[in-house]
Amino acid sequence: MSDKPSAKIELSGVNKSFGPKHVLTGVDLVVPEGKSVVVIGGSGTGKSVMLKCILGLMNADSGSIKVDGQETTKMNPRERDQMMRKFGMLFQGGALFDSLKIWENVAFGLVQGRGMNRNDARDIAIEKIEAVGLRAEVAELYPAELSGGMQKRVSLARAIATKPEIIFFDEPTTGLDPIMADVINELIVKCVHELGATALSITHDMGSVRKIADEVALIHDGGIIWHGPVDDLDNSGNAYVDQFIHGKADGPITKHAGHVK
Amino acid sequence: MTDLSASNNNKSGLLALPLDICEGIGGAVLGFLAAVGRLSSFIGRSLLHIIVPPYFPAQLMRQIIDIGYYSLPVVGLTALFTGMVLALQSYTGFARFNAESAIAGVVVLSVTRELAPVLAGLMVAGRVGAAIAAEIGTMRVTEQIDALTTLSVNPFKYLIAPRVIAGTLMLPILVFIGDIIGVFGGYVVAIYDLGFSPVSYLSQTWDILETMDIVSGLIKAGVFGFIVALMGCYHGFNSARGAQGVGAATTNAVVSSSILILIFNYVLTQVFFS
Repeated sequence: MSDKPSAKIELSGVNKSFGPKHVLTGVDLVVPEGKSVVVIGGSGTGKSVMLKCILGLMNADSGSIKVDGQETTKMNPRERDQMMRKFGMLFQGGALFDSLKIWENVAFGLVQGRGMNRNDARDIAIEKIEAVGLRAEVAELYPAELSGGMQKRVSLARAIATKPEIIFFDEPTTGLDPIMADVINELIVKCVHELGATALSITHDMGSVRKIADEVALIHDGGIIWHGPVDDLDNSGNAYVDQFIHGKADGPITKHAGHVK
Repeated sequence: MTDLSASNNNKSGLLALPLDICEGIGGAVLGFLAAVGRLSSFIGRSLLHIIVPPYFPAQLMRQIIDIGYYSLPVVGLTALFTGMVLALQSYTGFARFNAESAIAGVVVLSVTRELAPVLAGLMVAGRVGAAIAAEIGTMRVTEQIDALTTLSVNPFKYLIAPRVIAGTLMLPILVFIGDIIGVFGGYVVAIYDLGFSPVSYLSQTWDILETMDIVSGLIKAGVFGFIVALMGCYHGFNSARGAQGVGAATTNAVVSSSILILIFNYVLTQVFFS
């Protein structure tokens, strides 16, 4: 009997094009249960599109996307709604609802998505707000009254409020100063560990990668060209990985890489 | 060989212009049909999610207040001054052939059948349609609509359905109030400026007015409210990225709903009165 964890998310041969531009060209990726996998790659290489295809925010043109062994590309709306309950997502810009208070943002999935009583949901929301290092008084403010780092924390609190099995992080540290970026990285590690969740992140912040990843995959030209443990990152033997992690202008990754969405 | 090649080039040069024109027309027709298809699909999904639960009553109440209550001053002022101007203009025209007694009828029929629903529709398109497109467009570009989906909330049910229901329900109420204010505006000018007798003006107004005059205006208002809310939602939901995308969505929402209001006003008038 093998101790290898089963695949929580499994992509095989996923393709996605926008008109003549092929963004994903046969992506194969396995995210083991309970692991934190980080996908790295330059801007415009298809990281966000891949994430949106897994979440069902975009439909893949072809290929297979399985979550817990269930094929998601052919799910009906009801099945997809059930699957979405497994997911939590931290968006790059936070994507907090401007018209709602902070606690209402955090409790949104509980109240509107699951029909929980507002008072009970408020208690959970405040607990999560405190869990991400914010004071309870913040609960009554609106998103516009918070700094970028605080908004990221609130977004993280919202992502974990429904106790998801899988959490997606889209560029979690983009736009933050190095100290706040490290704080967010530590919170991500803590929250994922406490929930026992599987995490799939996309980023090009190498500090973030080394902090939150168990495994790393490099996406280039619409496909995964390297996938391995984070400890192997510096000795991958892959010229693309070496160029990316050291941020060199010269190498196999050309400057014109990228796609127009 | 050279002559033959030059001749072919001349032929292709001669054909280039008609081919370009045909290509342009074909592209425009295909683009139009694609837009009609996208809009039809959007309408179908909106209607489906209006009917099928779950519902969001708190969102509906918020939209009823936003679209209905906060539009009341704009619609009221528009109706008031329209009624007043109508009485003045009718008087200057009708006095030339001693038909001043027709003013009350002209005012009430014009206001209830046409001016209140159309002007209220256009004013609400400017105020509410633009606001809906800007709000939903901003939610689109800041990924808030994607966030709704990841939180197991269908954006059509949470964002679109309440706005379309509120628009369809509130515009007839606004127009009914606008009818009263518009007729009152005509009454004020007729009595205090033109020297009409209050009793005879009111009795002429009442005598000429039929239930269908009011009902047709209210049905038009319901259709216009549906159009305004739907076009605001459609353009906002499909907004391109960036500030320019949201700006274009807002402009398109107002322009398309205004044109559709004028087209549907003609169609409905044909249906009711031809």
